Amino acid sequence: MLSANVTALLYLVSGVLFILALRGLSSPETSRQGNTYGMIGMTIAILTTLVSLEANNALTWGLIIVALVVGGGVGAVIARRIAMTQMPQLVAAFHSLVGLAAVLVAWGAFYSPEAFGIGSFLHIKVASLVEMSLGVAIGAITFSGSVIAFAKLNGNMSGAPIILPGRHVINALMALAIVGGIVFLCLDPANQSVELFLAITILSFIIGFLIIIPIGGADMPVVVSMLNSYSGWAAAGIGFTLGNLALIITGALVGSSGAILSYIMCKGMNRSFISVILGGFGADTSAAGAGHVETRPVKQGSADDAAFIMKNAGSVIIVPGYGMAVAQAQHALKEMADVLKEEGVKVSYAIHPVAGRMPGHMNVLLAEANVPYDEVFELEDINNQFSQADVAFVIGANDVTNPSAKTDPASPIFGMPVLDVEKAKTVLFVKRGMGSGYAGVENELFFRDNTMMLFADAKKMVEEIVKSL
Amino acid sequence: MEAAFVDPFVFRLAIFVLAIFVGYYVVWSVTPALHTPLMSVTNAISSVIIVGALISVGVQLGEAEGGIFAKGLGFVATALAAVNIFGGFLVTQRMLAMYKKKDR
Repeated sequence: MLSANVTALLYLVSGVLFILALRGLSSPETSRQGNTYGMIGMTIAILTTLVSLEANNALTWGLIIVALVVGGGVGAVIARRIAMTQMPQLVAAFHSLVGLAAVLVAWGAFYSPEAFGIGSFLHIKVASLVEMSLGVAIGAITFSGSVIAFAKLNGNMSGAPIILPGRHVINALMALAIVGGIVFLCLDPANQSVELFLAITILSFIIGFLIIIPIGGADMPVVVSMLNSYSGWAAAGIGFTLGNLALIITGALVGSSGAILSYIMCKGMNRSFISVILGGFGADTSAAGAGHVETRPVKQGSADDAAFIMKNAGSVIIVPGYGMAVAQAQHALKEMADVLKEEGVKVSYAIHPVAGRMPGHMNVLLAEANVPYDEVFELEDINNQFSQADVAFVIGANDVTNPSAKTDPASPIFGMPVLDVEKAKTVLFVKRGMGSGYAGVENELFFRDNTMMLFADAKKMVEEIVKSL
Repeated sequence: MEAAFVDPFVFRLAIFVLAIFVGYYVVWSVTPALHTPLMSVTNAISSVIIVGALISVGVQLGEAEGGIFAKGLGFVATALAAVNIFGGFLVTQRMLAMYKKKDR
């Protein structure tokens, strides 16, 4: 048994190691070291807890070992098998587990406050009760919200926003009920009851569902980041209940990390966080050019044309988007880039902040296909190079290349930072059909003189181009 | 006047607030290329909630009427957090191993 001070210090050490784990991610070289720090920190936290358990008996140890082996085994298998294109739904699923774990721990503390040193059953200290209630509410919202996000990302549920009539009123009333319930629960020790705590939990589960249901597929980067942040705040709430420094520090880190990512994603779409959360974006396609049917001609090309143009180019900038992930075209793309490089063409990649379904999604896919990370550039670093590029090769991206975001104040995506692909001498645009992008906006780019449309599945098209090269 | 006594809560709150600031600066320095690993590793570290789950599994039965519930809930929570810890760190490791520089 360790003294309380030693225990607290060990938790502090693991908190610091978690900070170093995030610090490592400032560059790919230091990131692996950082991940190791994170694992060490987690090991220290778990061991410290294990040596100070209240009931040091066979039943307890048996349960712990079974839980760790089963849970750990499942986690390890998932981590090994998951395809990189499925990372967004995996992260959503992991968020839901953190949320659910927070709910269960809060309930454990509610039933057995003695073990947590926060009072006795139905006589829990007020401060602890406030922290627990917040932890359970945020945890429950994280859980149910992440389940919906997972279902949308995994295709178990349509990515289209589902709009309930009067949803803002319903959500507001439910939020009020949750806050009111927590206030009432904590106001007077006589108000503590299983039923009330259960009602708060259930309402929070429901509001989590309702918040995420109306948010459409392309807004998922924001949603996933936001749920990341919530899982942190839920952990912090429980951390206060336990008085555990590792949990408090981690909760703060994760909470602010998710918040920053949400901010970066919103900025990438030029939308306010509030408008994303209120949802419904992409539901009405009437936004721009309502009722008007596009009749302008587009220039179509074949794989051979594309191969010819790129072979004779000096530099090619590849712009990947969600379509590349869907078609699993990243390996074929890398192959194409290799052949082009052998022909003496300079190849680089341009990534829009919200390309894909989660922050950094495209970077991971390209890394998986062995694309060196120093050939991959962020929007602000590469945007001025399109004017000198011979070819912009757009594959599976749409709205993030739409020039009307810069020129047409009536466009719903006006003001969104976009990649200046139209400045390249030739734009090759790989696309399945003429449909508009997620925002339901016609892309001006298709009708430009320097644009050649390549209508096909992204992977097939790239493979054919490789053949013709 | 009573002797000055500061509730431990205040210290915890201080640590919490400072950690938010640390998080703010550390996360802004993360390169955008690693935002996906950032999410998976924050996922893994937030599963340090397992410490609460372990305390809950480790309650002494018979001490309070709710002990058996706490033990059961703690067991499930431990398993869920373990999925996340192993899954989160390992998938992060797998992703980070893929980021390579150009070989010249």
